[in-house]
Amino acid sequence: MARSGSIEGVLLGPIYLLGRRFVEFVAEFGRFGMMMGRVVSEVGDIFRRRDLFFRECVRLGTDSLPLVLVVGVFAGAVSGWQLSYQMEGYLPRDLLGPGVFKSIVLEMGPVLTGLVIAGRVAASIAAEIGTMRVTEQIDALESMAISSTRYLAVPRIAAMTIMMPILVVQANFIALMGAWFVTTMFLSFTTAQFWGLVPNFFHVYDIISGLLKSCFFGMSSAMIGCYVGFDASGGAEGVGTATIKAFVWSSIALLVLDYILAMILF
Amino acid sequence: MIESRNLKKSFGEKQVLQGVDLTIPTAESLVIIGQSGCGKSVFLKHLVGLLDPDEGEVYVDGDRISNAVRADVYRIRMKFGVLFQSAALFDSMTVMDNVSLGLIEHTDMSRSEITKRVAACLEMVSLPGTEKLKPSELSGGMRKRVGLARAIAMKPKYILYDEPTTGLDPITADSINDLIISLNEELDVTTIVVTHDMVSAFKIADRIVMLHEGKVVFTGTPAETKSTKLGIVRRFIEGESEDQSVVTHY
Ligand SMILES: Nc1ncnc2c1ncn2[C@@H]1O[C@H](COP(=O)(O)OP(=O)(O)O)[C@@H](O)[C@H]1O
Ligand SMILES: [Mg+2]
Repeated sequence: MARSGSIEGVLLGPIYLLGRRFVEFVAEFGRFGMMMGRVVSEVGDIFRRRDLFFRECVRLGTDSLPLVLVVGVFAGAVSGWQLSYQMEGYLPRDLLGPGVFKSIVLEMGPVLTGLVIAGRVAASIAAEIGTMRVTEQIDALESMAISSTRYLAVPRIAAMTIMMPILVVQANFIALMGAWFVTTMFLSFTTAQFWGLVPNFFHVYDIISGLLKSCFFGMSSAMIGCYVGFDASGGAEGVGTATIKAFVWSSIALLVLDYILAMILF
Repeated sequence: MIESRNLKKSFGEKQVLQGVDLTIPTAESLVIIGQSGCGKSVFLKHLVGLLDPDEGEVYVDGDRISNAVRADVYRIRMKFGVLFQSAALFDSMTVMDNVSLGLIEHTDMSRSEITKRVAACLEMVSLPGTEKLKPSELSGGMRKRVGLARAIAMKPKYILYDEPTTGLDPITADSINDLIISLNEELDVTTIVVTHDMVSAFKIADRIVMLHEGKVVFTGTPAETKSTKLGIVRRFIEGESEDQSVVTHY
């Protein structure tokens, strides 16, 4: 390794650092993969400890509902308002309903709901598991011959994979209501204009692909929350760092996944 | 019997264990002493396979637990009960749930049998009737006792204690010492205690070993320990620092 004082050190230092960061990043990816391998091999356990699984469904899923509904109603209202502005004078008014419907079901619903939940869920999982890590609770669990991934990660990841599409359906519904309310209330649309053509443009595939995406979003944010939590070290400060890391990485992962899934699904 | 053979472990540049050789016969009550940060907790974690060594092996009753496959590690761990330094109670769970977790996961005992076993374990640590409390409602000494009740719930063959008396007042500490001794006698277990509390060490130990700079530097009975001429041990017992460079951990 280059000495920091010498000329080579000054010139090569940043490159060494970059190289080391890269190696660390790759190593981290490997550890993530290994942990997820463990989770997959233990996933059958949700049938044995259904109580843990249902508790996480409520805690991570149902308890997120108020947040999801607030996001849904405003996202819907904005998309109704904006689309009407964009279409003004170019397209017939009765295309607004189908336009809003498609954008909500395909993209806005899963992605906005996903981002909000990814933040809430990944951060809370990381904080919780991270605290258990730095206070030796995970060591305690393991020392009792109980797999910490099976006990902590599996129910959370499974719960989020199942609950996310359910939350998204609710968000979609509320968003449509929001768009309908705003356009009929403030933009002189009629209810018939808004809904009239929606059935003609309705494709089951759109809904299914949106929900499929949200399964992946739920899974990835819980996975990242769990991984970052297990990886935490160094007391309360370490837990804080883990929480932020989980928030950031789960949001980035969600957007990347959204792109990849868009290429595969459409 | 637990055997640690030439155990070496580094974290990054830092060599923590530098070849620990130690054999712990069944039913012994062994106390490991050493300065804070010398690797006592790290050593204990190797015994239960929570950490794997870079070099060397740990055998439990002839079975290798170090660098073993997970199924083997879990099978061997069933022989252990561990009381962690911070007690490490699951703070989202009641005392009942903490103590019963191992029984729920590993046995097919009925609910009433489990309730009975938990009550018996809590009785043994002199905390009867605390099943419904949460860890946040317990004092430091009580938390250690509940941690101990959890550690003995599965009737382990080996109980490991990581600084069981650190952070407790002398009277509470002494009651924990008595508890460790009585469990060793009543349950017929092998006891391994890590501590830097010499009062506790002299009271509990059949044998005392000292860990220093990653190696076992001394082995002896409490009487031999008290009368040893070995400088490192003497200084440790008398609580004198070698020079100013000794960092005081808490
Ligand atoms: N997981 C870990 N990662 C990096 N360093 C560690 C880890 N665990 C322990 N250490 C280091 O190993 C040394 C010994 O720690 P420990 O066994 O906890 O000491 P003690 O004898 O006080 O129990 C310390 O310097 C600590 O910083
Ligand atoms: Mg320690």
